[in-house]
Amino acid sequence: MLDILKKFFGAGEKRSGTVAKERLQVVLIHDRATVSPEIMDKIKEEIIAVLSKYMNINRTDMEIALETDSDSVALVANIPVNSMRHAK
Amino acid sequence: MSQIIVITSGKGGVGKTTTTANLGVGLAMRGNKVALIDTDTGLRNLDLLLGLENRILYDLIDVTSGRVQYKKALVRHKKYENLYLLPTSQIKDKSAVDPEQLVKLCAEMKKEFDFILIDCPAGIEQGFKTAIAAADIAIVVTMPEISAVRDADKIIGELGRADKNNIKLIVNRIRPQMIEKGDMLDMNDIDEILSVTCIGQVLDDENVVVATNRGEPAITMEDSIAGQAYKNIVARICGEEVPFIKPQKEGFFARLKKLFGLI
Ligand SMILES: Nc1ncnc2c1ncn2[C@@H]1O[C@H](COP(=O)(O)OP(=O)(O)OP(=O)(O)O)[C@@H](O)[C@H]1O
Ligand SMILES: [Mg+2]
Repeated sequence: MLDILKKFFGAGEKRSGTVAKERLQVVLIHDRATVSPEIMDKIKEEIIAVLSKYMNINRTDMEIALETDSDSVALVANIPVNSMRHAK
Repeated sequence: MSQIIVITSGKGGVGKTTTTANLGVGLAMRGNKVALIDTDTGLRNLDLLLGLENRILYDLIDVTSGRVQYKKALVRHKKYENLYLLPTSQIKDKSAVDPEQLVKLCAEMKKEFDFILIDCPAGIEQGFKTAIAAADIAIVVTMPEISAVRDADKIIGELGRADKNNIKLIVNRIRPQMIEKGDMLDMNDIDEILSVTCIGQVLDDENVVVATNRGEPAITMEDSIAGQAYKNIVARICGEEVPFIKPQKEGFFARLKKLFGLI
């Protein structure tokens, strides 16, 4: 009886179609997050250009990368600031 | 205005060649002048699906290397006289044709044909790059299966990078019983994941194998469910609006209704 109830309410173990969908959603986050080194360099240059309006940054020590964990992607940047410019 | 359509997938064996043959025949049956170009050099199959394997004299490589005029290499279909096949070489490999050569050839053929369909090899290497180079429209074929959908996503990304932005999706080999049980990705799932306009949902159909055995694509069979789906795709390519009959996962209310004997 419990089995019939479970079946009726669709409870219990997830169906494999749902598992496939969830796994796909996660794996595609990773697949799509691969950015070519040229694009990464371009992003870096543009960030530098914006930040340089407000502060002097240490370009040689700056790090920027896409980091992915099991279900998300983050753009992680570590940009040492040498000095701030005066606010205009 | 003629259209150049590439049929591609990333993953192998999902039904590119079957799709090309069926759409080619379907478009020709409607009176369009159609050329099919096989770019799966070294692994040619399109000739077999169309029953034209014994009539090949020259191939794509003979044409792109300048040995013969493309018209000499075209094989005209026996039954559908508006349909022509440009077969590829079975001996050479994918590097034998480069993208510029195919672009040049298609530009020339465009003057003669309403539709040029290009059957793309599996993978994302040179053969893929060559096959997509000349296309205005890309049809991505996938199956309701995790690895095929992942590869389709990859291909869609590659097409975007190559500035091919008119992309349509065909989901092939759908098995409604499995979807009903919840054991297969359904169209809503695939739409949500890939977000590309779908122009076809083709069921898994034994008639496709029978059709391949005979060298007469399923679209020519009266009672083939896959054949009917290909007819609908042809109509959509020709600008007609044909509704989809969506095989869907059984929802809570469907189960409820069933329980009370409503369906
Ligand atoms: N809707 C369908 N129902 C049943 N069988 C199918 C269907 N579509 C394709 N097939 C079968 O799947 C197999 C692969 O199809 P096909 O050769 O068209 O794929 P492909 O993508 O061109 O493969 P490749 O990557 O090797 O070029 C064939 O045996 C074909 O008969
Ligand atoms: Mg093929």
